[in-house]
Amino acid sequence: MKARTFPGGIHPPGGKQLTEKKPIERATPPDRIVIPLSQHIGAPCKAVVKVGDLVKMGQKVGEAQGFVSVPVHSSVSGKVVAIGPFRHPMGNVQPAITIENDGKDDAAPPLAPLDPSTADPKSLIKRICELGVVGMGGATFPTHVKLSPPEEKPIDTVILNGTECEPYLTADHRMMLESPSRIIKGLEVVSRILGAKRAIIGIEGNKPDAIELMRKSVNGAGDIEVIELLVKYPQGGEKQLIKALTDREVPPPPGLPMDVGIVVQNTGTASAIADAIFDGKPLIERVTTVTGSGISEPKNLLVRIGTMASDLIAQCGGYKGDLGKLILGGPMMGIAQSTAEVPVCKGTSGILILTKQDSLMREPDPCIRCGRCVEVCPMNLRPYQMAVLIENERLNDAEAESVLACTECGCCSYTCPASRWLVHLFKSAKAQIMANRRKKKA
Amino acid sequence: MLYALLVLGALGLGASLGLGIASKKLAVKTDPRIEKLAEFLPGANCGGCGYAGCGGFAEAVINDGIAVTKCPVCDVSTIENICKEFGFEAGARVKMVARILCAGGDNRVGRGFGYKGVTDCKAAALICGGDKNCPYGCLGYDTCIKACPFDAISSGPSGIPVIDDSKCTGCGSCVEACPKNIIRLVPESKKIHVLCSSRDRGKAVRSVCPVGCVGCGLCAQVCPFEAIEIVNNLAVIDYSKCKQCGLCVTKCPQKSIKDERAVEAAA
Repeated sequence: MKARTFPGGIHPPGGKQLTEKKPIERATPPDRIVIPLSQHIGAPCKAVVKVGDLVKMGQKVGEAQGFVSVPVHSSVSGKVVAIGPFRHPMGNVQPAITIENDGKDDAAPPLAPLDPSTADPKSLIKRICELGVVGMGGATFPTHVKLSPPEEKPIDTVILNGTECEPYLTADHRMMLESPSRIIKGLEVVSRILGAKRAIIGIEGNKPDAIELMRKSVNGAGDIEVIELLVKYPQGGEKQLIKALTDREVPPPPGLPMDVGIVVQNTGTASAIADAIFDGKPLIERVTTVTGSGISEPKNLLVRIGTMASDLIAQCGGYKGDLGKLILGGPMMGIAQSTAEVPVCKGTSGILILTKQDSLMREPDPCIRCGRCVEVCPMNLRPYQMAVLIENERLNDAEAESVLACTECGCCSYTCPASRWLVHLFKSAKAQIMANRRKKKA
Repeated sequence: MLYALLVLGALGLGASLGLGIASKKLAVKTDPRIEKLAEFLPGANCGGCGYAGCGGFAEAVINDGIAVTKCPVCDVSTIENICKEFGFEAGARVKMVARILCAGGDNRVGRGFGYKGVTDCKAAALICGGDKNCPYGCLGYDTCIKACPFDAISSGPSGIPVIDDSKCTGCGSCVEACPKNIIRLVPESKKIHVLCSSRDRGKAVRSVCPVGCVGCGLCAQVCPFEAIEIVNNLAVIDYSKCKQCGLCVTKCPQKSIKDERAVEAAA
């Protein structure tokens, strides 16, 4: 059978060979961690510890504020030394809690395990929220919100996203190889909470070992299908994945996958859900790929949340060659950093270090209307047109061209023969449109 | 032939009668004063008044009794003319001009990383708040220059745009456009300004900018009119109290307070 996919998309060089064969290593816990109070989409947490307090590993240090918010926990035991603004991987400065590690890893008592086959779905959702689980593919949308669809929107299918379509990253790939049963257990919890009849695991064809292992592991684990997907970026985009696997189309914003009866979860999230339900363990560590042409020994690391990127770079043998770019996340959607002194957050799937040679950018030229961006746009937008409108400050017209539906995947910028900064313009326009809306409301 | 003429004539007569009646019956009644007032207004549709262009503003003045002085662009003589024509009370009005409250140009403040992307402050500010080392400083990617409907802002020698007071009308378009919120409208007559917007503490300011306000408070202490207040580590001048004595300028250890008269005299 031909591997399934979506219309549009690009084929960037993979770069995954650097780390795909390397088992996950546990990173050395750092002397100091910085836990940002906002590691999810939604309202930031409020600190519930004071400077000077002693905290245990896994202790809650930030309380959720509102429904679309989750608490944050300390990933080490030690003393709170500062609460204040700190650099955040999103590229701004946000309040964070700095904790000095005493090295004892004195753990707070874990919550009692829950049995998903007997427990009430509400209590399972509450547990998932309480232990700080968010979408770990990068967008960090609070998982409990995704698991609480309104009653008029029944969910019939759960999709587990094992595509990892971002070049270079191999964190999800290694997790599928090393703890497949954990991921499947997490998926079963999700299916049970939502009452979904169908569960699909979608994996890109460049991970044949993972596909084989997952197929073997689901044997006897209910009605879970493992489907191979064509290797194409952004195959792991939520809407693209749904289109490829079920041929359903998510309506444009504010449409959500739950409008078409689907919930998508990342493999890392499934594993974190399993940790929360079966072990009562909060989300305090994650697998992160440290990779790229500018690092001496690329690795897949199991990292405590709040570890500085600089600590991890040192553990991977330091920089190699001229440092050109440091990106938290993948090369397509990750965010370039101005310093390595940024903490790894719940959504940091990778740290990519590129040499100067690999991060060269050409000056943009005028658009020649070749239409390649239209061909590759997975959201069926007209990037060239939106860019011209935004350059001329015609934000209302850009909004009418659905610039808000742009997922910022970067296919248009990648393919543009004139090297135009398309996705950058869209990001800027989206931020301005949202700011204007807030202003109007106020 | 005759038949054709009759038919066409009758058709024409019927249609013209219809139109004539419709124009009387369906006429939209507008106050003629609105159109007249709009003729006096600048017609730049800058939006500085908060209404949809000059037409919208004229409507608001006539229908809702908004003060005509709310138009930030009209000069004093225009306002006087309008008041004479329409019988409004003029009231006091001070001409305001925009000032970029930052002196940390590229000659003084470094850039933390090489920004490559859309040449627009709003786009640059999305990445770590911009590439300038000072998190409050002017980025210098010309967003205000593009936003100015009166062509009053131009690139300055050190990357910080300069404002031509003779062209600036105080409409506030640049204040809206600046993503760093460092442009303020000040009375044109006042020439002493604190050219810094950093709310950081002294040490942090000094580490990135040689002319940033450190919030030491010397200016507030020395001011005989109590016109300066330190708000969030930043000296802020209350222009209604400032008498432009210039004492603060001489006292400021960071040279963040500038007296523009001195600069003009030197030049």
